[in-house]
Amino acid sequence: MMRIEIVKRPQHSALFSALSPFIALFLTLIAGAILFSILGKNPISALYSYFVEPLTEVWSIHELLVKAAPLILIAVGLSVCFLSNNWNIGAEGQFIAGGIAGSILPVVFPDFQGWYVLPIMLLLGMAGGMAYATIPAFLKVRFNTNEILTSLMLVYVAQLFLDWLVRGPWRNPQGYNFPETVQFSDSAILPAIWPDSGRAHWGFALAIIAAVVVWFMLSRTLNGFEIKVLGRSSRAGRFAGFSAGRLTFFAFLVSGALAGLAGIAEVSGAVGQLRTSISPGYGFTAIIVAFLGRLNPLGIIAAGLVLALSYLGGEAAQISLGISEKSARIFQGIILFFVLASDSLIYYRIRIVSRLSDTALKGA
Amino acid sequence: MTGTITKDGSEIPLLEAEKLTKIFGTLKACDGIDLKIGTGEIHALLGENGAGKSTLVKMLFGALQPTSGDIAWKGERFTVTSPAMGRSLGIGMVFQHFSLFDALTAAENIALSLDEKSPLDTIATRAREIGQTYGLPVDPDALVGDLSVGERQRIEIIRCLLQNPDLIILDEPTSVLTPQEADLLFVTLERLRSEGKSILYISHRLEEVRRLCDRATVLRHGKVVGQCDPRTQTAASLARMMVGNDIHVIERLPAEWTDRIPLIEVNGLSQRPRGPFSVALHDIYLSITGGEILGIAGVAGNGQGELFEAISGEVLQERPQVVRIRGTDAGRIGISARRKLGAAFVPEERLGHGAVPDMSLTNNLLLSRHSTDRKMFLTGGVLKLVSESSLASAAKRIVVQMDVRKSAENPDASALSGGNLQKFLIGRELDRNPSVIVVNQPTWGVDAGAAALIRQALVDLARSGSAVIVISQDLDELFEISDRIAAMVHGRLSESVPIEAMTMERVGLMMGGADATAGAA
Repeated sequence: MMRIEIVKRPQHSALFSALSPFIALFLTLIAGAILFSILGKNPISALYSYFVEPLTEVWSIHELLVKAAPLILIAVGLSVCFLSNNWNIGAEGQFIAGGIAGSILPVVFPDFQGWYVLPIMLLLGMAGGMAYATIPAFLKVRFNTNEILTSLMLVYVAQLFLDWLVRGPWRNPQGYNFPETVQFSDSAILPAIWPDSGRAHWGFALAIIAAVVVWFMLSRTLNGFEIKVLGRSSRAGRFAGFSAGRLTFFAFLVSGALAGLAGIAEVSGAVGQLRTSISPGYGFTAIIVAFLGRLNPLGIIAAGLVLALSYLGGEAAQISLGISEKSARIFQGIILFFVLASDSLIYYRIRIVSRLSDTALKGA
Repeated sequence: MTGTITKDGSEIPLLEAEKLTKIFGTLKACDGIDLKIGTGEIHALLGENGAGKSTLVKMLFGALQPTSGDIAWKGERFTVTSPAMGRSLGIGMVFQHFSLFDALTAAENIALSLDEKSPLDTIATRAREIGQTYGLPVDPDALVGDLSVGERQRIEIIRCLLQNPDLIILDEPTSVLTPQEADLLFVTLERLRSEGKSILYISHRLEEVRRLCDRATVLRHGKVVGQCDPRTQTAASLARMMVGNDIHVIERLPAEWTDRIPLIEVNGLSQRPRGPFSVALHDIYLSITGGEILGIAGVAGNGQGELFEAISGEVLQERPQVVRIRGTDAGRIGISARRKLGAAFVPEERLGHGAVPDMSLTNNLLLSRHSTDRKMFLTGGVLKLVSESSLASAAKRIVVQMDVRKSAENPDASALSGGNLQKFLIGRELDRNPSVIVVNQPTWGVDAGAAALIRQALVDLARSGSAVIVISQDLDELFEISDRIAAMVHGRLSESVPIEAMTMERVGLMMGGADATAGAA
């Protein structure tokens, strides 16, 4: 008889805690190489075109920043949620809600123009994400509902609502029946940072600012302290006089606002109109970004760039290797798997227990 | 067993440990310990917290493997590799913290721990038989959640006896019992001894060790520092052996009350149970003036935790006047606002309630002080920036004041020993000079030296004019520091009795629910 036990380690290694994201990335590359060999591709050249080639051209680096911006914005908000033990899985829905709310001005009032249009759009986008995130927060605080389920289910509601809007009331009358809204006017477009060399828009700058602000809040202020205390021990948090319900609202509002901002920045900066689908799963991939960045907003900047690369690599692999771009999803899944596995093995060890000792005794 | 047994069986000890050593990293938890337990003796294992008692016991029982040294069982050498092997050799263990499932019956709990499979009816019958034989009455069909702590302990002992052990290890068995319940336990243990069973009795209550045990082994810093016949010793001489020097005697001047204005009052506190295993509170009144200590005795699980949370404001009351702090109705305001009225609180559970385990001492200082000492610890106006430097200097002050021993400059709370963390958590509140302090189990699991320091600090605070409530299961402690003692039973609080009129017997009756005045007769 044999069984496998998972035993908590008395002490965990600080060195390996710091190395864990790198170990996870390394293991992901190995797993990727194995995957490519099984598909009959040369693993070295496949990994090269997946992870290195996109970094060799300037326009491609711009694309990297375009993809990284929403990932970082969303993941920074999620770090506040996850650190405080609020499992917001619905950032994808809050992203869409932000994109819709921010598009009200350019779609419904296209004649309304001026420098103030863009700031209002961004604020509306944040408000839309916040409003959508309030629903699971309220259900959790008031009815003790599991926020994982409610926030996830609301994603599909948002996706279908967007689909209906774009096919129905908001469809461009001059759009040859394509399910798209009108193209945004220039004053409703989030401009590129370096328009001469590529598409990267100011959403990336907003992401960096958000990361630094949230990092400061988490590491230096009483508010950040409250988040960490309640995330680790709700009872000690109550003893400290902190309110878990208030914090749940706070965390969902912050992450909803940032996801909403990411949504409208993507729509206004990268797409230029609303379509039936405005996200290749940014809201879900951002969960991986948050954990790969160890829930630290500065780490999340780096992790966001890594995961953005996986999107670009997927596109590149489709062109040069003939592999479906969905392979990016596989890589993202593998990264999350190895990140969580490395973290678990830092705190726990696996022990194989045999019942040998008992039988030895009976034999004696 | 096939071990060699001489004609005179008593010459071979039942269990003999030789040069038993256990090293954790750089710490020698047990250092060359020799221990002999004879057949039919009650052997006491004495020592402060951290002396190596539980490490030693875990090695005997098979839960830990010794780094070096030998264990001989009935004269034969054995390596006990697992608790299951310890059980089949004939070593039974009754733990201090019970491992019973509240939602199962007594018989079901017993069935879970047996190695062989037997039908529940058989187990219930055997449990009842053993209970009758040894004076451990228990209803096998009762839900454990409904049983008192004393009854739960009986289930643990019956569970152990069902394995028919030759050696029974009891870890601090009386720490959860009333004096009367403890007396019943002693009868059971004496009966087991008369049948030739051996008992290893771990305790820090010296009086009961002197009364019950035939031999004692005293540990200090992982080494055996003495072996004696406790019946020929005094409590003071045993304590000296344990601690290595004389224990600090609490100085307690008679209380002087200049004014009789109550600083904290509870007026008719009643509360429904807040969960399946929480206790309802019924009509509790108390009132304490500055300068005095009210001791609240009681067996664990009689509503002490619920009373603490109601006074601290972690659980709010419907009517504001139910809790009054320094003349202000406080029943509807939270713990931070109550702290601002001058109250301070130290809960029973240190890790996970009074402190966040994986946060540093300075962060844990901020935990209970961020609202009262906003000016000191927070800067930057509305940004509320945490001032690490002033936290560090305040933590340093507390560490010096309370003699907190720590391994690093600012370690995590979980890295401190129980006693040192408790000194820090009490010091964290005393540092504010509160006018009211409520402490639940101030010295639970704390070594004698630290306990004396904590008690003296509480007495000094009271004598400087503050009102102190101490909730404790340790009656010796309450007699040492209280001016008045009341007892909690089934969520009710008895009238308080001045210390001069209080006796052990009377408080025991009060803890059992008997009328306090009847006990005085």
